[in-house]
Amino acid sequence: MEIFGVPTQALFGQLLIGLINGSFYALLSLGLAVIFGLLNIINFTHGAQYMMGAFVAYLLLNKLGIGYWWSLLLVPIIVGLFGAVTERLMLSKLYKLDHLYGLLLTFGIALIIQGLFRNTYGSSGQPYPIPSQLMGGKNLGFMFLPNYRGWVIVASAAVCLVTWFVIERTKLGAYLRAATENPQLVQAFGINVPRMITTTYGFGVGLAAFAGVMAAPIYSVSPQMGADLIIVVFAVVVIGGMGSILGAVVTGFGLGLIEGLTKVFYPEASNTVIFVIMAIVLLIKPAGLFGTQK
Amino acid sequence: MAINTTTPADLGPSGAAPAGAAQRSGSIAPAPTKATQGDVDGHLKIAFFVMLAFFVLAPFVVYPVFLMKVMCFALFACAFNLLIGFGGLLSFGHAMFLGTAGYASAHAAKVWGLSPELAVILGTGASVVLGYVTGLLAIRRQGIYFAMITLALAQMVFFFYLQAPFTGGEDGIQAVPRGHLFGLIDLSNTWAMYTFVSVIFFGAFLMIWRIVHSPFGQVLKAIRENEPRATSLGYDTDHFKLMAYVLSAGFAGLAGAVKALLFQLASLTDVYWTMSGEVVLMTLLGGMGTLFGPVVGAAIIITMQNYLAQLGAWVTVVQGVIFVVCVLAFRRGVVGEIAHRLKRNL
Repeated sequence: MEIFGVPTQALFGQLLIGLINGSFYALLSLGLAVIFGLLNIINFTHGAQYMMGAFVAYLLLNKLGIGYWWSLLLVPIIVGLFGAVTERLMLSKLYKLDHLYGLLLTFGIALIIQGLFRNTYGSSGQPYPIPSQLMGGKNLGFMFLPNYRGWVIVASAAVCLVTWFVIERTKLGAYLRAATENPQLVQAFGINVPRMITTTYGFGVGLAAFAGVMAAPIYSVSPQMGADLIIVVFAVVVIGGMGSILGAVVTGFGLGLIEGLTKVFYPEASNTVIFVIMAIVLLIKPAGLFGTQK
Repeated sequence: MAINTTTPADLGPSGAAPAGAAQRSGSIAPAPTKATQGDVDGHLKIAFFVMLAFFVLAPFVVYPVFLMKVMCFALFACAFNLLIGFGGLLSFGHAMFLGTAGYASAHAAKVWGLSPELAVILGTGASVVLGYVTGLLAIRRQGIYFAMITLALAQMVFFFYLQAPFTGGEDGIQAVPRGHLFGLIDLSNTWAMYTFVSVIFFGAFLMIWRIVHSPFGQVLKAIRENEPRATSLGYDTDHFKLMAYVLSAGFAGLAGAVKALLFQLASLTDVYWTMSGEVVLMTLLGGMGTLFGPVVGAAIIITMQNYLAQLGAWVTVVQGVIFVVCVLAFRRGVVGEIAHRLKRNL
């Protein structure tokens, strides 16, 4: 069976890979958007924190024998706490300054983290096994779906949805949105805004770490795994605009699919297609698809 | 106030200060110390002659190729500083200009057999064109978005060169002939090459100096400090920003073209995002918004890389630490700090 001269097996295979990549784009750009909303900082360390997530999971498994499922819970907490500490010690000193200093600082922290991991583990990837419950796959008739990949898509979509719900539909999220609009006023109502900022940063970092754990069995765990990815995610964020949580998620999944399709029909452009889309979006709607230019 | 504008939210408990004051004190290129015009020029001239004397005398003591490398990166950092220090635009993709000019001039010199001066002009021209195209896109957003867009565009350029047939992929363009300048002077002679690089470096430096102090440069400064006000004065700020971006791309390209001839190599390293990060670091360390800061910053970073080269990934760690320390505690940079102590512009 063929569609546009492409075997369906290959087409759906690439679409699946696109959807997987899209899951990671969505999780990471969601974290970036949450952090940016409150801190006005683009977290350049996001890629390194994603890598840390994968590495901490790898270390938990190999040093302590803690498996995938516990890692999925523990790693975001560990890395998120690490993020909260860096926010308290460093980022919090910069809020009165131009926001670009935050970008430069987080870039520096990313270099340190990546350099340290490369010193210890070299540049080659470390293997991380797929949890036994998700081994194997299902034959869907038109394609073969490995269980783990299906799980990644479902789990990240669920996490994105929960995050959206918490921020847009709960009391806590209402405080958060209020603090995004006017921190002084929210503080005047007796809410501890600095602690809220720290928690938000920790949560955003935790999302990156969660993505890292999910990625560990698919991509090999290596110090560089987040470095190039974060640039693509930046482009995703520019395309979606930082305005809405749902926007970040939809753009992430959508661009992953488009990237997958490009791999089928014009593989030479698969690395650059997201950047090209970014250029087009900038020409037509500079604020991004879901953004509002302030 | 230069950058920001993405959201009005002012953060943290102390955000109650008047917005204007807070923003000015936190502007990414701090407003220069006040000084009368005569004084400014006097000090700049002294500093310039110190720099000139250094690069004339140093090759008798230090390895000349190392000094030429410093000059290439100093020019690269000066070009970057023209944009951030005087225009308030943080580009995180300047490596694309360094690398593009490198590939263009290396290709021109090796495949087409052009003489070095033509290869350099062609390389610079290629970067100017790339600067114009990417600039039209990037200046549509400000601040953090500008940084992200330039980074993404540079990554796109990187992938293009990774796959394009004429760049030689991972190998790069190797064994680029330095050729004969104007068909006469053999640049494979180290001293001839040193003179060639020095003339280009000092010429470009003086041009940047002139640009910064020209009416154009003053308008740029006005846009950096307060873009809405510059607009209300009738300046087409987008046009000025684009001009600054293209000029910066051109000078960065000049550095890249000369560098390709110097090392007889154009490779992917020069287009990768780490290179964009390095030039930010050089400028930050030396002092953003100062004329001489990028030169000092480039000299320090290149020296450091030279001595720490055998330590491998530790270089990355050290660079990261310098970034963090500079941002947290040393925002004026080396030259900016000296200028602040002397109460003079440098």
